[in-house]
Amino acid sequence: MRRLWGDRRGAFGIAVLSLAVLLALAAPLVTSGAPAEQRDVVGTRFLPPLATDRYHAFHPLGTDRFGRDVWTRVVYGARISLTVSGLAVLLSVLVGVAVGGAAGYAAGGVGTLLLGVTDFALALPRVVLLLLLAALWPPNAALVIVVLGLTGWMTIARLVHGEVRSLAARPFVEGASALGAGRARILGRHILPNALTPVIVAAALGVGNAVLLEAGLSFLGLGVQPPAPSWGNMIASGRDSLVNAPWVAAAPGIALAVVVVACTLLGDAIRDAYHRDVGHATWDV
Amino acid sequence: MLAALARRLTAGVAVIVGVVTLTFCLLRLAPGDPARWLVGPNATPAQLAAQRHELGLDRPLAVQYATWLGRAARGDWGTSIASGRPVATLVAEAWPATARLVGLSLILSYLLGLLVGAVQAAQSGSRLDTALSVVSVTLFALPGYWLGLMLVMTLSYWLPLLPAFGAAGVDAPHLTGSGRLLDAVRHLALPLTTLTLIGTGGAARYFRGALLDVRAQPFVTTARAKGLSPARVLLHHMLRNALVPALVLLGLSLPALFSGAVFVEAVFAWPGVGRVLVEAVQARDYPVVTAATTISATLVVAGNLLADVLAAYADPRTRAAGA
Repeated sequence: MRRLWGDRRGAFGIAVLSLAVLLALAAPLVTSGAPAEQRDVVGTRFLPPLATDRYHAFHPLGTDRFGRDVWTRVVYGARISLTVSGLAVLLSVLVGVAVGGAAGYAAGGVGTLLLGVTDFALALPRVVLLLLLAALWPPNAALVIVVLGLTGWMTIARLVHGEVRSLAARPFVEGASALGAGRARILGRHILPNALTPVIVAAALGVGNAVLLEAGLSFLGLGVQPPAPSWGNMIASGRDSLVNAPWVAAAPGIALAVVVVACTLLGDAIRDAYHRDVGHATWDV
Repeated sequence: MLAALARRLTAGVAVIVGVVTLTFCLLRLAPGDPARWLVGPNATPAQLAAQRHELGLDRPLAVQYATWLGRAARGDWGTSIASGRPVATLVAEAWPATARLVGLSLILSYLLGLLVGAVQAAQSGSRLDTALSVVSVTLFALPGYWLGLMLVMTLSYWLPLLPAFGAAGVDAPHLTGSGRLLDAVRHLALPLTTLTLIGTGGAARYFRGALLDVRAQPFVTTARAKGLSPARVLLHHMLRNALVPALVLLGLSLPALFSGAVFVEAVFAWPGVGRVLVEAVQARDYPVVTAATTISATLVVAGNLLADVLAAYADPRTRAAGA
């Protein structure tokens, strides 16, 4: 942890992500009014950033076409985007560690089968699969979590598999085995805890990817549904007013990019801090 | 070499059969009856039953699955619910536009990424390296549809230089020769720039790492010790050896590029497979969605296979290890 703070990328990543989580948690305190609040739509629509409306309400990032405060929606959007992505990555990590751990520790047929399933899932284009699932089921946030989670575990499974295979040959595992520990206990207590660093790296990068994909689905109208604010559906709604009110689409996009950059840099910093080569997981979009 | 190739081909075919099976299962698992979509809300039970019979939904699951596999193998994807046209025709019309966009952007982002990565690796640790790293990580993090919208805002609205959407202007059929080409290039400019900028960010990150890995190898030290100039070491010794990771990247980046193209095509109304897919999803046009899913999975598998073969060709060590 101290090494991460020493690395400028790590410090930036932790600072930005903490700030984003803090703002999302404290949303009612740092904003005025509800994200979907509309007052006098005609009088308050498309106010530019830093404007004060006729109710003396200050709009740091302006208002959208329904007179809703863009800053409020970006902050409440962070709640949804970060929750959905965080839970999706948690699901990916659980599935990935289970599959990778089992594949690495189970000898013979089971291991080969699990690796085969992982390679199969890895070969599928993730966005296409997401679109297919979004087309078949009515869109909502829970579906996005499940779909993102179930399409993102493969990199983690591969990493855990590799780690478990190399750790299983180490003397301390043999020692635990000689002391009479069962296979499940050895895997759960001795091997997996030592295989977690690459998982953390992949998870940090995975959150960035999940934020991007959630926004992408919502942008296409297949994710979080308006009027609930998600960065993706905010960009989509700002698309029509690009000429006269560019801030409506620009603000959520900048928030999105900053969070994704923070995740990527944090992932890089953790990887370098532990000198582990986890491959080029950044490409698993 | 041949045995390894045959094994990879088998694996590739298995993946494609898996995709077809998966889409079949998902279609059956999903709520709602595809026949109901086709006949509309006012249909009588008899009309619904007739539609179910036509789709083969009244037959046993195993028979449906066998028919599904057989039709997929023949490239018979049925007709689009939304347009009533054969799905195969729709996709065949769309894929050249996607191939043009993705292919060009792949080449450009590779060249730019290699250039930036080489400069960074040569000056690693310098301010320039840090600055370029910040730029590449930011580009890599940008959502394509958002970057596309921002480019439209600046280059189509504020400075009316380039068209904001489509692959050709309304007057394109009346243009001849160079005018038509210019029109096509102008329409390609913004979507291509969007995809290329994002691709360059990723490629530069990758090449910087790959070149730094190569630089740590003993043969680079030897080349330096021989008194070769840094440029010659980079061009003749390091780049040649960074070729294999570059080919691996090709396989890895194809799905990412295709995914990026889906969003970018949606923003720029680019008439490619991605846009066909997105519109089909929004219209719940199942036959088109399943066809586009299977075809894009096939393309990705084929791309990976090609990258593997090229990597084996370029590096005798992988050839031996893969056999």
